[in-house]
Amino acid sequence: MTILKRGFSRRRVLQTGMAGILATGITPMIFSRGAWAQEFCNNPTGDTVTFGLNLPLTGAYAEEGADEQKAYELAVQHLNGEGDGGLLTLLQPSALKGNGILGKKVAFVTSDSQTKADVARAGATRMIERDGAIMVTGGSSSAEAIAVQGLCQEMGVIFMAGLTHSNDTTGKDKRRYGFRHFFNAYQSGVGLAPLLGQEYGTDRRAYHLTADYTWGWTQEESIKNATEALGWETVQTVRTPLGTTDYSQYLTPILNSGADVLILNHYGLDMVNSLPQAVQFGLRDRQANGKDFQVVTPLISELMAKGAGEAVKGVFGTSNWHWNLQDPGTIAFTKSFGAAYGSPPSQAAHTAYVQALLYADAVERAGTFYPPEVIKALEGFEFDGMGNGPTLYRAEDHQCIKNVLVVRGNESPTSEFDVLNIVQETPREAVAYDPAIFGGDLGPAEPAPICA
Amino acid sequence: MAAMPRNDLLLFAGFTLAVLTMPIWLAPFGAAYPDLLQRFMIFGIFAVGFNILFGLTGYLSFGHAAFFGVGSYAAVWSFKLLSLDVIPAMIFAIIVSGLFALVIGYISLRRSGIYFSILTLAFAQMSYNMAYSVLTPITNGETGLQLTQSDPRHLDSALAATVVGQPIPTLLGQSLGGFSGFYFCAGFLIIAFFLAQRITGSPFGMMLKGIKTNQTRMHYTGFNTKPYTLAAFVISGMYAGLAGALLAVTDPLAGAERMQWTASGEVVLMTILGGAGTLVGPVIGAWLIKYFENIFSAINDGILRRFFDFLPDGVDSAMVTVASKFVGEGWFLTLGLVFVIIVIFLPGGIMEGVRRIAHLFNRAPKAPGKANPQPQPAE
Repeated sequence: MTILKRGFSRRRVLQTGMAGILATGITPMIFSRGAWAQEFCNNPTGDTVTFGLNLPLTGAYAEEGADEQKAYELAVQHLNGEGDGGLLTLLQPSALKGNGILGKKVAFVTSDSQTKADVARAGATRMIERDGAIMVTGGSSSAEAIAVQGLCQEMGVIFMAGLTHSNDTTGKDKRRYGFRHFFNAYQSGVGLAPLLGQEYGTDRRAYHLTADYTWGWTQEESIKNATEALGWETVQTVRTPLGTTDYSQYLTPILNSGADVLILNHYGLDMVNSLPQAVQFGLRDRQANGKDFQVVTPLISELMAKGAGEAVKGVFGTSNWHWNLQDPGTIAFTKSFGAAYGSPPSQAAHTAYVQALLYADAVERAGTFYPPEVIKALEGFEFDGMGNGPTLYRAEDHQCIKNVLVVRGNESPTSEFDVLNIVQETPREAVAYDPAIFGGDLGPAEPAPICA
Repeated sequence: MAAMPRNDLLLFAGFTLAVLTMPIWLAPFGAAYPDLLQRFMIFGIFAVGFNILFGLTGYLSFGHAAFFGVGSYAAVWSFKLLSLDVIPAMIFAIIVSGLFALVIGYISLRRSGIYFSILTLAFAQMSYNMAYSVLTPITNGETGLQLTQSDPRHLDSALAATVVGQPIPTLLGQSLGGFSGFYFCAGFLIIAFFLAQRITGSPFGMMLKGIKTNQTRMHYTGFNTKPYTLAAFVISGMYAGLAGALLAVTDPLAGAERMQWTASGEVVLMTILGGAGTLVGPVIGAWLIKYFENIFSAINDGILRRFFDFLPDGVDSAMVTVASKFVGEGWFLTLGLVFVIIVIFLPGGIMEGVRRIAHLFNRAPKAPGKANPQPQPAE
């Protein structure tokens, strides 16, 4: 290094060096001093309050992420009293006023989580530490949701999960600071199985292809248990890495496996790829064990059905919500989303929107942003009007208990959005379960951790 | 310390000062928040270690993320099985990644040049895929390895230490969140830098430089170069393991993504961008890339619109449309452009730019009117 060729004596260097080291030794104290000014993480002191939106804008679940972002933007507008108000007036009971939250205007920051748990966590940390997010929400993958939920518990920031369907999110890995509106794999299994029994009989042999991460594992387990209870036999379960684009190597072995049903535990781009490939492979035209070969997709959304095109026709699955429901909440949300973006909202968009409203409402009811109070307001909250019928935010595991929709790919769609038909609405009593079956521990709400 | 040449001492003092005052001088750039600062430190260590192998010895490894990931997994397992204290975790992580590097290095170093690069790439990708699929019981695959309250933590339970709430790593009972986490990592970066500096100046470092310059000649002179390259490989693997462990300390979640080949490529980019073979260069490269990743990827249309607000209507929306391609999800585009420009105009990386400027100031008064000196590509 020859930046400085001449000039400084050794003594001079040591002197300045020591001075610098001493000075920097004091800096940590200057910085940590600020922490005492707030009694909880990111206490909003100005006239705005910031939501942190952690969304997969790239990766296997990018399309869901983009739709969620639209919904959050809409929710923020509605909370601030802009736009047509959406579901603000339909939430029952509601404490929302349409002037922000506790009189503070709602702002948001976003971060691309790339459908990766690691990145999602880094993004959430950034939004909490740098941008002062009071609440983190979003996510389209359970791996992300679980990772971010753990972080939020550490930091003392409430996490309103977006699209996450793994049993673990509110089961094994549940956290006091994490809340989920979306349904889960167990409820999909219980909701879907009776109909599968009716349609396909009780002596089927099923072959599973499963996305290899927490959601896939619990989805596979749940649908396996539910179908085996019907009398079905599970031939084999095969794990496929998240983000696989070519499924031919996984599809070939199915032909000689003796299975007559293929269950695709895939979501997002994975299913948009695997379902048409399975159909092009000729699986559905086959006969096996003297029966027509069938494909089942336990969790399906309108976005994926659209992506899979022709292949989805006649395929059974479950959804959290569908824009074609006929209750006032759904109609209002579909209208307001359609007016803003020109397409009906997906179930991911719906859950994102509702989560934002529910958080705002809980803060209004608690009268403070202090997370433990907000948590108390959300726990055991019974509400209606959000498009899912009466819904309970269960206190034991922070899981919403509501009706589950069984859907089927539309054989004769009238428009590019009319791709799924609602076959049945499984009542929430039928899909409720004992929160203890998945174990896990919520952990304490207080003392509220103070982030840096 | 006393034996250090004055320039080295100066560099070390300056580096220490720059690192420790980062929360102050990075504040105007919007980068002075703990998470990003911690990343600056961690990837700085990673790049310094990588530079010992690539810049000093001349072996381009395309699989260093494997050691980084192994360090993370080892640290998280130590948190889960032994204790939430970071000291055993870091020791454990460095040892495990060192052993792992020894095995992979022993095999890969049978070849040099491009074959060595491909071998390391293959091993890293293999580790990644194993972490993703076969080794799921150990790595928890895509979901990532996390701490839970029900972890055994044998050492902690022997000492009857109880955890309330979400378990987080501690240093002798002291939490390492926020700025204390940054100073913890900063300490390690300074130590790592000091060690790298001593290695570079030592006879061992001379040997590595000799291997880089002409390995055949070294053989003819009677040196067995194998132990030296293997030592360099293991040292740099341990550096990577240390960085991985620190990442697990500041954020106790280990995911397989950090072992992917893109992560390996990133550290190569960092080193080349900053200046391979120099001591400070790789660190600066790491800081620059992490800065771009965190700051540019967070800029969205709304921020751009506010930024270009002063322009007349139409022009500003056009500017937003153009600029938005380079920020947010498109930050890789910016990074790519910067990389191309640096490699074309400053083949020695940013450090060469610094050297040229320094040269300009040193020479200018002596020989006015003389053309710029011929640039020297960095070693």
